[in-house]
Amino acid sequence: MARHVVATVDQIPLDQRLLVQVNGREIGIFNVGGEYFAVGNRCPHEGASLCKGRIVGLVEATGPGDYQYSRRGELLRCPWHGWEFDLRTGRSWCEPDRTKVRSYDLKVEPGGALIEGELRAETFQVTIDKQYVVLEV
Amino acid sequence: MSTVELERPRASNYKLRVIDCDIHPAMTSWTEVHPYLERQWIEHLTVYGSHLRHAFSEALSHPRMSPDAARIDAYPEEGGPPGSSLELMKKQHLDPNGIEVGMLIPLRWNPGSQRNLDLGVALTRAMNTWQVERWVKQEPRLRASVLIAQEDTVASVAEIDARGGDPNFTQILILPKTDEPLGRRRYWPIYEAAVRNNLPITIHVGGTNGHPSTGGGWTSYYMEEHHSVAQTMQAVVASLVFEGVLERFPELRVVIMEGGLGWVPSLNARMDKHWARLRSEVPHVKKPPSEYVREQVWFSTQPMEEPATSAELIDLFDRIGWDRLLFSTDYPHWDFDDPRYAFRANLTKAQREQLLYENARKFYRLD
Ligand code: FES
Repeated sequence: MARHVVATVDQIPLDQRLLVQVNGREIGIFNVGGEYFAVGNRCPHEGASLCKGRIVGLVEATGPGDYQYSRRGELLRCPWHGWEFDLRTGRSWCEPDRTKVRSYDLKVEPGGALIEGELRAETFQVTIDKQYVVLEV
Repeated sequence: MSTVELERPRASNYKLRVIDCDIHPAMTSWTEVHPYLERQWIEHLTVYGSHLRHAFSEALSHPRMSPDAARIDAYPEEGGPPGSSLELMKKQHLDPNGIEVGMLIPLRWNPGSQRNLDLGVALTRAMNTWQVERWVKQEPRLRASVLIAQEDTVASVAEIDARGGDPNFTQILILPKTDEPLGRRRYWPIYEAAVRNNLPITIHVGGTNGHPSTGGGWTSYYMEEHHSVAQTMQAVVASLVFEGVLERFPELRVVIMEGGLGWVPSLNARMDKHWARLRSEVPHVKKPPSEYVREQVWFSTQPMEEPATSAELIDLFDRIGWDRLLFSTDYPHWDFDDPRYAFRANLTKAQREQLLYENARKFYRLD
C-alpha cells in the first residue's frame, strides 16, 4: 500500500468525477456533494467500465405510484446492465452481500502537509496553498 | 469526464476466440441507404415516412432501460447512434473481445413489419446491400443477414434466392412478431427457399405486428415487457413444430436469437407430454416435439439466465444440449454479454471454447 496524490480538489467539481490510473488500475474519484469517494473502474458483474455509468439516487416505493427519491448522487449505475453501486460502501444494490466494487481509501489533504510528509506526487507540482486528493492503493 | 494517467495500463493477457452471433449495426443517418434505394422510395420516405403496425411509428413498443436500448458507453464521439461507427465497434468490441466473426443483425426501420409491403421489400433490398457495402466489405470479420419483408412471401423468396450464393450472408433474419404464427403455411415458401439456399433462419426478438406485446396484453413496465421475449419464442417454436414445418423441412435449421434459454426444457417437456396424448389432432407431427427441437433448433446465449449457482446453469445447458448453444453479445445494446464473464458458471476450457467459438463455426459452416 502506498499513498498517491492523484488530483487537486478543484479538478473534480461538485457532483463530477475523475478517472485516474494508479499502478495500472483504473479508479474513479467522485465528488458527491463535497464528499469524495473512490471506486475501481471494473464492474464486478461483467467488467464494464463502471465509472462511465450514470450517477443516480435511490428510488424506493411503499406501493405502486408512491415513489421516494433519496440519496441523490450517491449511487453509481453501471453503463451496461444497470447494476447500482453504493459509492459510500462499494456494495451493489442488487446483491449487497455477494457483489461489491473495489473501493479505496481516499483523503483530502492540504499541500503543506504533503510537501512535508512522506509523499511524492507523480504528475503534480504540489504547492502549499492547494487541497489535494490522496489515494491509498 | 477527464482522465489523469499516472502510469501505463498493463496489457491484457487474454487470448479470446469468439464468434459473436448477434451484433447490431446502425446507420448514422438514413441517407446511408439512399444509394441502394430506388428514387421512388426515397421520395416516399420524404413525403410519407415509414409506417409500422403500432403507434408512434418509429418508436420502440416500450421505453427501454436506456435510450436506443444501448450501452451508454457505446455512443460514438463523432455523433450518431450506438452501432453506427465501425471504428468504435472495432476498438470497443471486435478487437478486445477476440471476435473472429461477427453476425450483423440490423433492426431499425423494421422492414419486415412495414405496413406498406412494397416499401418493406425495397428497404430489405437496400439494407441488405448496405450491410455488405458499409460493413462486410470494410471489415472482413463481419457477415450480413438476409433481411426479408416477411409478410410478402413471394418477395421474401426472391430476396433469399438473390442473396443465396453470396458468402457475405450467413443467415436469413425473421422477426418473431409476424402477422400470423410462423408455422402457418403462407410462410412455408420462405423455409423452402432457406433450405434451397443452404441458409439457416434466425428468429431474432422484434417486429411489430400490431398485436399486444405479451399474450396477456400490453404491459405497464419495460421489465414486464422484457420477459415477453421468452413467451414469444415459445409460441414460435411450438408453431414450427405443430404446424409441421420442421417435419416438412428436415434440413431447415432454426436459430432462436435473444429469446433466453431457461424455458427450453420445460417447453420440450410440455410439448412431448401433450403430443403423447393429443397427437391424433396433428398426425403430420411424426416424432416427439423435443426431437425436432433437438435436431433443428439452436439457441443464442444472450440474454442468459443468471441462476444463483453454477450447477443450475450447467444443468440447463445439459438439458438443451451443449452443441445447440451459439454465443452472442448483443453489442451495443444495454444487456450486452462480455465473452470473458458471460457464463456465471465453472466451465472447463473446452466447454468455454465450444460455446464461444466451435458451435458457431460448425453451425455457420465457416471453414
Ligand atoms: S457489467 Fe456492470 S452491471 Fe453488468
